[in-house]
Amino acid sequence: MSIDEKTAAHVAKLARIRVDDARLPELAQEFNTILGFIEQLSEVDVEGVEPMVSVEPMRLKRRADLVTDGNQQAKVLSNAPDAREGFFAVPKVVE
Amino acid sequence: MSELTKMTIAAARDALGKGEVTSLELTEACLTAIDGADALGAFVHKTPDLAREMAAAADARIKAGEADKLTGIPLGIKDLFCTKGVPSQAASRILEGFRPEYESTVSQKLFDAGAVMLGKLNMDEFAMGSSNETSVYGNAVNPWRVNGQDLTPGGSSGGSAAAVAADLCLGATGTDTGGSIRQPAAFTGITGLKPTYGRCSRWGIVAFASSLDQAGPMAKDVRDCAIMLEAMCGHDPKDSTSADLEVPDFEAMLTGDIRGKTIGIPREYRMDGMPAEIEALWAEGRKMLQDAGAKIVDISLPHTKYALPTYYVIAPAEASSNLARYDGVRFGHRAKLSQGDGITEMYEKTRAEGFGPEVQRRVMIGTYVLSAGFYDAYYNRARKVRTLIKRDFEDAFAQGVDAILTPATPSAAFPLGQSDDADPVAMYLNDVFTVTVNLAGLPGIAVPAGQDGQGLPLGLQLIGRPWEEGDLLNTAYALERAAGFVGKPEKWW
Repeated sequence: MSIDEKTAAHVAKLARIRVDDARLPELAQEFNTILGFIEQLSEVDVEGVEPMVSVEPMRLKRRADLVTDGNQQAKVLSNAPDAREGFFAVPKVVE
Repeated sequence: MSELTKMTIAAARDALGKGEVTSLELTEACLTAIDGADALGAFVHKTPDLAREMAAAADARIKAGEADKLTGIPLGIKDLFCTKGVPSQAASRILEGFRPEYESTVSQKLFDAGAVMLGKLNMDEFAMGSSNETSVYGNAVNPWRVNGQDLTPGGSSGGSAAAVAADLCLGATGTDTGGSIRQPAAFTGITGLKPTYGRCSRWGIVAFASSLDQAGPMAKDVRDCAIMLEAMCGHDPKDSTSADLEVPDFEAMLTGDIRGKTIGIPREYRMDGMPAEIEALWAEGRKMLQDAGAKIVDISLPHTKYALPTYYVIAPAEASSNLARYDGVRFGHRAKLSQGDGITEMYEKTRAEGFGPEVQRRVMIGTYVLSAGFYDAYYNRARKVRTLIKRDFEDAFAQGVDAILTPATPSAAFPLGQSDDADPVAMYLNDVFTVTVNLAGLPGIAVPAGQDGQGLPLGLQLIGRPWEEGDLLNTAYALERAAGFVGKPEKWW
């Protein structure tokens, strides 16, 4: 399995990370090195083995479905790069 | 004053109790040491005012006879922990300016037990690295040196390790996803424990790989790790994977008596090209435990060689999902946008500017192994191999093995800058002895046990049964006493 520049660009797009075209060959090369390392896993016989979901076979705790918190709009917005009129502000999404 | 910062937590606790020293005196001594140690790059956000306030409160508590386990003990907190009102940015540009409105469960528990926070500690960006060279703050530097050359303190908890080794604080928090507590502890001659997955709540700790991440103590000896761990762990309703188990008195379990215990030596950890000094240290450790009355058995963990490739599928996959939240909307950095840029450009530019190269690389690898068409070939296969890796340990424990002894790292601390041109996989090999433990969710501890030919500290790792940190700490205590490691770096900073 070899990653070309087109695939590298597609992965960068999926990850929402802007990568300059000039850097794509290097990026593809790095991916291939790492994937080459990961490729060893294909030697392992995993027939009939369950994929691990959780290291400890524990049942996740449940809690009552009740409102326990809220009314903290100012705190929620306090770290926003752009907050206006009680909302997170972002560039226009719909035309 | 500097003698005060050299104290262990246990010694300081006793001195505080007897009124021989106040928390304010201890805290001032640490703050002075921290201000004189900027060359180590360990403390990246200092909180002296908060520290003095907490120390004064601790002194009042001691005076009133209401001291708890850590009352008045000054600690450093890794930058990965959210601390209320104090910058918490996981050593990343993307969290620049972020001041959480809440406190992580682990740091809150430490403060409830009376600990004093001195500030935030350097680390690899988002805990991704093994040399503390991916931090937005710059490198943390190992207080140990060879011929005046700057060495890595290891990573990702490099600032925590450097701060404890240089006596800037009495103990520190770390987190460990693939070895990030144990490798830096070994590189700096201190003791570091990664608890069983689920022992410590992950709530309020910036997530890297949620099925692997665990917080743990980094301290000057095994006893201090036991004291800190007890305060840090326990069930937390805010983390559904935190175990609802009773927290034992770990310190009370330190008897040093390991007679009749069975220690396994895994043959797969003997690697080609392993330095003779590591091999020799491992053999010495084996003998020390044997002399202390333990039975030594050779064991096999056949899937060991697949642990690193498994890790480098699972950890990036989980990271790519966890780091999706850094989008420039709710917190941290947002890129300056050009005319006509929409929301997609905002995400892409923000993440390109905010994440460093190693983080970008791992997010993209994670995205790839989870993408349509590759999910089964990479991610599901890795999860199956992970099951086999855990089964290897279960088989060993089923044969009566109480703990497993291995080297902590494949080398001593290496020079900073060495990895600049190396391929990423070479850096990943640092975690070869530690990463299996995270994949299997087991507790592991690094104990300083010797020095190499250049005088640098070397550590041994003990791996325990799940939830038996008390027993593991006791075995580590026996090893610590037998090894008698007392080395300290010569002050140059």
